[in-house]
Amino acid sequence: MQIDAVIDEETVLQVENVSVYYGAFPALRGVYLEIPKNKITALIGPSGCGKSTLLRCLNRLNDFILGARVEGRVRFGGMNLYDKSVDPVEVRRRIGMVFQVPNPFPKSIYENIAYGARINGYQGNVDELVEIALKDAALWDEVKDKLKNSGLSLSGGQQQRLCIARALAIEPEVLLMDEPCSALDPISTGRIEELMHELKQKYTIVIVTHNIQQAARISSYTAFFSTDESRTGQMVEFGPTTRIFGQANDPRTRDYVEGRFG
Amino acid sequence: MSKVGHSERWKPKRSLSRWSERAIKFIFGAFALISIATTLGIILSLVFETIEFFQEVPIGRFLTDTEWTPLFANPKYGIFVLISATFLTSVIALLVAIPVGLMTAIYLSEHASQQTRRYLKPALEVLAGVPTVVYGYFALLFVTPILQIVIPGLEVFNALSAGLIMGIAILPTVASLSEDAIYAVPQSLRQGAYALGATKQETIQNVVLPAALSGIVASVILAIARAVGETMIVTIAAGQNPRLTLDPRLSVQTMTAFIVQVSLGDAPTASLEYKTIFAVGMTLFLITLILNMVSFWFVNRFREKYD
Repeated sequence: MQIDAVIDEETVLQVENVSVYYGAFPALRGVYLEIPKNKITALIGPSGCGKSTLLRCLNRLNDFILGARVEGRVRFGGMNLYDKSVDPVEVRRRIGMVFQVPNPFPKSIYENIAYGARINGYQGNVDELVEIALKDAALWDEVKDKLKNSGLSLSGGQQQRLCIARALAIEPEVLLMDEPCSALDPISTGRIEELMHELKQKYTIVIVTHNIQQAARISSYTAFFSTDESRTGQMVEFGPTTRIFGQANDPRTRDYVEGRFG
Repeated sequence: MSKVGHSERWKPKRSLSRWSERAIKFIFGAFALISIATTLGIILSLVFETIEFFQEVPIGRFLTDTEWTPLFANPKYGIFVLISATFLTSVIALLVAIPVGLMTAIYLSEHASQQTRRYLKPALEVLAGVPTVVYGYFALLFVTPILQIVIPGLEVFNALSAGLIMGIAILPTVASLSEDAIYAVPQSLRQGAYALGATKQETIQNVVLPAALSGIVASVILAIARAVGETMIVTIAAGQNPRLTLDPRLSVQTMTAFIVQVSLGDAPTASLEYKTIFAVGMTLFLITLILNMVSFWFVNRFREKYD
């Protein structure tokens, strides 16, 4: 495994020797990774290499998968996310997530955003919060006159930005994105990539993507994952995106980013 | 490869299949028609006999009389006597079936392990397979004597134990259909809520149940229809004593129990007693129809459509 000796950045998440098992099967083994603050970090690699599995370790969403077991530590602000004293609900409030297929609630646009605020006991003005979140997600101008309409009445790209707005509304410190553009057309994808550039001023973003060009375009750091002979995922290499795409140390990384992956 | 070679290798028998497709469409259509025709036939026979009934008994008396004595020398036809009994037993049954059924459904879908669910759901559906005559005698011979110990003034035939056991009988309908609806809510919606820091309880309450609402309401409507139309349990355990009351300790006669009573006697065809059955049957049909329309409106108004 290759990690740049020192990431010369302030980091918010430190993944230490994390392995994930589904029943007896090791899906991911021995990952070390540091997520730098206010940067976009891309997780890339072929299908089944465990990159989405790792992403779901970062907000404990793996808790809901029957038979899934996580070993190792994920440090976040001095605490280990997998410590017994940690409340996973609170973790998810502070580390938001956007999914592969847009999944707005079958409620109004307004309610989609106000919901997270309400369950988390937001004390401020909810109307203002909805407006700010929609503006942050570059959706406000398109929906400001139809906040009462169902979130599902929007187009796919708008739905995904609604999901981003929904995640931003509860003021997370980190935003996890699991292939957020794979169900979208190129124009919607472009808008979301622009949006991510804006968002990294305020948020730390970790994105899983199958699209190598996307990783190259938007991320500052890239982690490459692959599988070994027994189909167990592992992290091959992690470093600044320019180096991973320019002069990767590992031949497997070079093959993958140059599109020569078998 | 050459064009000729291609056409020699691929020779689908489409001329035959075109005919069989047409025949199949016709046959299936005919069977679909049978169910519609049957329903129509039932409604028509109800309507005609009911019209004849109201030629002899003014509709005003049907709706305002406070006694139901169609078999007496001086007959009275106050339908609300029977409706009150049907209403009473149904409400008791639904007070059991809806809360218990819904909680069972939520437990099975959201809390139970895969293992528990695999055994519990079929076990629940067995309850639905118990013949209602068994439930009826269970209410009369087992539940009523026990209730009589704690409830003074409980008659041997009474609306309470008939209603309670009817609730158990329709519980699987509510639980099983609601569970299907709740389980069908996409996992992605639950994950969306969890990712916002929702607890399991909040996710179920605010996201899963509203999305499953149409299926849940459908199960409740089916339960109401079954309670209103249920015959055997109320005939055996609630008695044959038509009176206008909402006291669950008393013996009452539901609409269905009255129909059984007259059918078992020897009312000659075309006699007024005979036509009474149809008037009562028509009333039952209208009640069920109105319930269906209300629920249809309710579902359209409040459901959160997720696909």
